[in-house]
Amino acid sequence: MPRLSADARHLVAFTLNGRPVKGLASPRILLSDFLRHEIGATGTHVGCEHGVCGACTIEVDGMLTRACLTLAVQVDGSTLRTVEGLAPAPDRLSILQAAFRRHHALQCGFCTAGILMSLDAFLRETPEPDEAQVRDLLSGHLCRCTGYTPIVRAALEAAADLRKTTRETAHA
Amino acid sequence: MKPASFGYVRADSLDEALGVLGNEGAEARVLAGGQSFMAMLNMRLARPRVIIDIMRVPALAELAQRKDELVVGAGVRQARLLAMPGLERTLPLVAQALPFTGHVQTRSRGTVCGSIAHADPSAELPLCLVALKGHVHLRAAKSRRKVAAAEFFTGMMATAKADDEMIEAVSFPVANGEGTAFREIARRHGDFAIVACAALVSDHGIRLAVGGVADTAVARDWPHLEGTALDDALNAFAYELDARDDVHASARYRRELVRRIGRSTIEEAARCRA
Amino acid sequence: MLDMPRDTADGWVGRAIERVEDAALLTGRGRYLDDLGVKPGTLHMAILRSPHPHADIIAIDTSTAQALPGVAAVLTGADIARLTTSLVVGVKAPVQCWPMAVERVRFVGEPVALVVAEDRYVAEDALDLIEVSYRSRHAVVDPLAALDEGAPLLHEGFPRNLASDRSFRYGDPEGAFARADRRVAISILYPRNSCTPIETYGLFAEYDPHEDAYDVLANFQGPFSIHAVIARALKVPGNRLRLRTPRDSGGSFGIKQGIFPYIVLGAVAARVAGAPVKWIEDRLEHLSASVCATNRATTLAAAVTADGRITALDFDQVEDCGAHLRAPEPATLYRMHGNLTGAYDIRNLAVRNRVVVTNKCPTGLNRGFGGPQVYFALERLMQRIGVELGLDPLEVIRRNLIPATAFPYRTAPGALLDSGDYRATLEAGLAAGRLDDLMARRDAARAEGRLYGIGFAAVVEPSVSNMGYIATVLTAEERRKAGPKNGAQATATIAIDPVGSVSVHVASVPQGQGHRTVLSQVVADVFGLTPADIKVNAEMDTAKDAWSIASGNYASRFAAAVAGAARLAADKLAGRLARVAAAQLNVPVDEIVFAGGKLCARDNRANALAFSRVAALSHWSPGQLPDGTAATIRETVFWTPPELTAADDEDHINSSLCHGFIFDYCGLEIDRDTGAVRIDRYVTAHDCGTILHPGMVDGQIRGGFAHALGAALLEEYAYGADGSFLTGTFADYLVPTAMEVPEPVIVHTQTPSPFTPLGAKGVGEGNCMSTPVCLANAVADALGVAEVRLPLAPSVIAALIHGAEAPAPAGARALAAPHAGGAKGEKLMRGAGKAHVRAAPEAIWSMLLDPQTLDSIIPGAHGVTRVSDTEFRADVTLGIGPVKGRYKAQVALSDLDPPNAVTLGGRVDGNLGFGGGSGRITLTPDGTGGTDLSYTYEAFVGGKVASVGGRLLDGAAKVIIGQFFAALARKAGGGGAATPGLFARLFARLLARLAALLGGRAP
Ligand SMILES: Cc1cc2nc3c(=O)[nH]c(=O)nc-3n(C[C@H](O)[C@H](O)[C@H](O)COP(=O)(O)OP(=O)(O)OC[C@H]3O[C@@H](n4cnc5c(N)ncnc54)[C@H](O)[C@@H]3O)c2cc1C
Ligand code: FES
Ligand code: FES
Repeated sequence: MPRLSADARHLVAFTLNGRPVKGLASPRILLSDFLRHEIGATGTHVGCEHGVCGACTIEVDGMLTRACLTLAVQVDGSTLRTVEGLAPAPDRLSILQAAFRRHHALQCGFCTAGILMSLDAFLRETPEPDEAQVRDLLSGHLCRCTGYTPIVRAALEAAADLRKTTRETAHA
Repeated sequence: MKPASFGYVRADSLDEALGVLGNEGAEARVLAGGQSFMAMLNMRLARPRVIIDIMRVPALAELAQRKDELVVGAGVRQARLLAMPGLERTLPLVAQALPFTGHVQTRSRGTVCGSIAHADPSAELPLCLVALKGHVHLRAAKSRRKVAAAEFFTGMMATAKADDEMIEAVSFPVANGEGTAFREIARRHGDFAIVACAALVSDHGIRLAVGGVADTAVARDWPHLEGTALDDALNAFAYELDARDDVHASARYRRELVRRIGRSTIEEAARCRA
Repeated sequence: MLDMPRDTADGWVGRAIERVEDAALLTGRGRYLDDLGVKPGTLHMAILRSPHPHADIIAIDTSTAQALPGVAAVLTGADIARLTTSLVVGVKAPVQCWPMAVERVRFVGEPVALVVAEDRYVAEDALDLIEVSYRSRHAVVDPLAALDEGAPLLHEGFPRNLASDRSFRYGDPEGAFARADRRVAISILYPRNSCTPIETYGLFAEYDPHEDAYDVLANFQGPFSIHAVIARALKVPGNRLRLRTPRDSGGSFGIKQGIFPYIVLGAVAARVAGAPVKWIEDRLEHLSASVCATNRATTLAAAVTADGRITALDFDQVEDCGAHLRAPEPATLYRMHGNLTGAYDIRNLAVRNRVVVTNKCPTGLNRGFGGPQVYFALERLMQRIGVELGLDPLEVIRRNLIPATAFPYRTAPGALLDSGDYRATLEAGLAAGRLDDLMARRDAARAEGRLYGIGFAAVVEPSVSNMGYIATVLTAEERRKAGPKNGAQATATIAIDPVGSVSVHVASVPQGQGHRTVLSQVVADVFGLTPADIKVNAEMDTAKDAWSIASGNYASRFAAAVAGAARLAADKLAGRLARVAAAQLNVPVDEIVFAGGKLCARDNRANALAFSRVAALSHWSPGQLPDGTAATIRETVFWTPPELTAADDEDHINSSLCHGFIFDYCGLEIDRDTGAVRIDRYVTAHDCGTILHPGMVDGQIRGGFAHALGAALLEEYAYGADGSFLTGTFADYLVPTAMEVPEPVIVHTQTPSPFTPLGAKGVGEGNCMSTPVCLANAVADALGVAEVRLPLAPSVIAALIHGAEAPAPAGARALAAPHAGGAKGEKLMRGAGKAHVRAAPEAIWSMLLDPQTLDSIIPGAHGVTRVSDTEFRADVTLGIGPVKGRYKAQVALSDLDPPNAVTLGGRVDGNLGFGGGSGRITLTPDGTGGTDLSYTYEAFVGGKVASVGGRLLDGAAKVIIGQFFAALARKAGGGGAATPGLFARLFARLLARLAALLGGRAP
């Protein structure tokens, strides 16, 4: 049973977007701060630090997770995915990201990383969502720029595109 | 907005967790899904000396039907319960109410027992536990007890749990042919309920539980009332709950919702039984 | 490869191409302020904030905080006052305005001290160790009450809390009212709200003691007139304050103008700490103390002919700017001055403008900036004119619109409306949005007894502010003394490098509006290149860039002014490049065209030179430039429209350059049981001149619509009557989510502006002006009521529908019905109750005076000390569930009338806030040896507890106090167990409520 003292810094190691990473954190360090300032993965944003805005949403061991409501020491040994891990290659966009760009589903882009993470997980589990389901999912995020409509459209179009590619791979 | 400092224990077994809890008492707090507790740490409203992470204790992951109860272990996340096959038959009320608890992104982490331990008077899961007459299974290092929901919730965020105890599981009696319905009125979807109503209609009569109004969820049982008799019963109940004003709604509005939404929830439950 | 479309025959402007910004933002490669690496050794700042709305600071003890390991500096208001000068106040008055409270706090959240430490966690630890003692004063939150005789005074230099009082007359309003068939009037209260960008404020500051110079990087948005304000406060010339902005900003909507007091704090902190300092505002700080829109009380009357023609308006506006009149306020009030007659042809106007200060957060820029407040009054009035005259409200709008033939149209107060065909836009909107269908839906709903309403709003959306409009707050005489102010300098620089590739630099500070994309389109068209060939840099650096006071991103000035300036700069360079090419291609200059990456002869496209070759010539071989042709390396254009003149002696002011037009209408239904509003259809028709990028224009409209919908239905910065701040988290300040925002039907017409280089006008703010009132008009129509207040909370709407409440049944518990404040200075909660005790009054009396008893009823007390016979002090730990805090408690007995009556007062103070109250207890013998005990009380709470968890406070007080007396009764009646004391319990309950709120039902 690991017991970590309050004031010392402890080794925290996990897999981030397929690569092992590690750093030091005292127990109170929030995962959002650890990712951004210790690991240098600044794509995950912080907008409220009380779990409401959704900007910091990432995936931990397959679960959508508010990084601001998680301690860095909690994810020792876990597998994390963040927005930096969504694109298939550094100079390409994923199907979802490309749909966001086509539909102008972002303006300032500050809420976007969290929304992409939610949709990425959601579309894997719900390949044929309707608009109501997408809106229900998005209700866990605040966006102040877009009025949400373009995000909903991008999500629905990405779902359709993803279905097409899975069908194509299935047929290949 | 950063937490004050604390020590961290990741328990591998229930005994370990209970041992730390027994030694540290009120200075230790259990961390489950963190969906309520972490915000309090961040705002420095809570300043425990040590927190005990129970999410890697295998024994707490139980989600199983035992006789006529569904037992939900302290490690079971809300999303897992919601995704349980057949939930709409086993616990139709919970299946209806749980989608109102936060969002996909908070249910994925938040636990069922954490919500019960938290004892928010407007939370859906405590309301369901009270409505269904469920139980809370408490464990300390050297003792265990099973407390009925109505006795467990003693006030706003106050429960019958002692400092050295933790919730091992909660159990919900499984559905037995009664009609159930759930309705919630909030400012936004997934928001803090101004009023939430859970109704059960069975051969024995009507049971209505109301959350968001008094300091805990409160239930009333009536025979099969109709028409003005039901109106009168709801009106008396509305006043008894002693509603209050806040930024989002007036006391009067809350009473009005108990009368109107309470009624429509009961009617829906009755239709659902028929 | 990014799939940017390449090469095209048509121009790029006007097409919804994909944004160059997006790939980085979608892949986590943004460069927002907090993403930028810090210099090694950078320290972190945290700010202690006032829990009180109004109090004197008696003492601040920072010694324990200073001693904490890792802490580099602790500064208080006295230090700030020593090292800086007061910020500029928006009007001439003997008033100071500090970025940190000096001697007195005036709103909840006002900075009181700051800590600089090795990291933010430690800095916050140190905040906990600062001890401040306050003496609280009465607060005033209502702008009209603030004007009352005897109201609490915020600043001695603003007698009666009045910062400015000006009256204006245009035409002959008195005559028009005297001659009018009807006078229709309306009074409205516009609430406080804010567009709350998801990224909060952030800054890095550094100080060079040898040069006495500051270098600040902040997500400030402009206007850069504020640069002068900051430099002045820091006591350095402008060239000793380098102010930079990062590439990406997480939204602003005006709000990030309000970071400037914190820039002063951060800069001073860096100076004192001797190291670079970083500060990231947290959400609680943002909600309580960043900046927000003004709330306003307006009375507006119209002189109307029998057929609905308005001949005069009479505005009486009382603007509430919060605790300090910070620059550029009272700009919110004057931004719309030239547009007070809206979209209507009204020649006579009377205006009285008063600006007041109250114990609330200071105000500043916020999307819509003054428009929502004005149009809420004006368009509610249009609806009332329809109702009162028995006319269709739509017909009233039609009859008063400025006719298309009248443009450019000079309004009575002086705005020059550039262009438009309001009637055509209105009719286009009606047709495309199918008003007739909505009418039919309303009829059908009403036939079924449902509550359905239709609302309209027609507004003129001003953009590109005249930097001189704010001077209208001064009299003509004062203006003459102050010197002329006018114009709206826009700048743009285009540079060509040695390989002939093109860069654009602008001082526009985008916050998500895609400036870089639009500029690449504009410049690509001039040079015959593709947007992908153009690299745009919109980061701002006052030490290196071309900028002016008007620089920045506000007043929707980008498309109209900045993009226009870029076009002019590109044109200039293109002219020179054409001359170079003409000489080499042997054709006249006017035969040269730019196309497909080449400069070629119009009639012989094969006679061509590569753009890059011509463009690079200035670098490699300047001697080959034709005679008289200047270098083509870099061109900076400053553009200011001549139409933006200073206010004249009669106070006519052309407050903005461009004027778009919006016509909105909607159908909505109200649930009879819950009062909830469901929008059936929302139609918004816009004429914003030439559209440069349709995708972005619609993006601005949808985004503005969502903000406006929030303001109309959900959002309010709520304050208790005692000045406590009640909406301190995103669980209380309710921002709409995807579930609440429907998709509006957007309709466009385009009347180019004759005053801007590209014909474009602003479009980003209009819906914030039109939508709140359009929804309110629909609610008024649905319910048939005259008074509608924002936000349209279901609870408030339900009260209008539900009529008298069913009485409590006999035998039900009596209700003390506490009410939440009202009159000024009144505490938050009041109530009364009774209890019966099985002991004589004398016995109870001695218990109340017995320290032992009091000791035993204050739980968690560490060392109760008795200050006098009737005063006690204790340190107490209070908590429920996980929420725990340490407090200093004081309990005092007063007005003793043994054994009949006593007043019991108490107070607790701690990091989570403060609370307390007092109760008058009366003891009456019941004749059988017992006592009838009755009490009245008032109680209050403030600070963090009230801000982040204020709901149910009233009930908590009532119940706890009741429990206290019940406990007293038990104890007197022989019960021995210590019962939690009045204040302890009260506070614990509030904490519990708070905790419940936070963890509980966040959105
Ligand atoms: C944005 C947002 C919206 C939300 N909306 C809602 C909503 O609409 N309705 C609703 O009901 N809730 C809502 N919540 C709260 C959410 O449901 C929480 O998950 C739940 O209240 C607590 O469960 P948890 O597992 O996260 O517990 P934690 O947050 O980890 O713990 C909560 C408290 O319970 C204690 N605790 C937890 N588990 C145990 C145990 N086994 N034994 C003893 N003590 C324990 C902890 O010490 C702590 O005091 C929302 C949260 C967020 C962030
Ligand atoms: S920052 Fe985590 S939810 Fe807002
Ligand atoms: S794009 Fe700016 S908050 Fe969503």
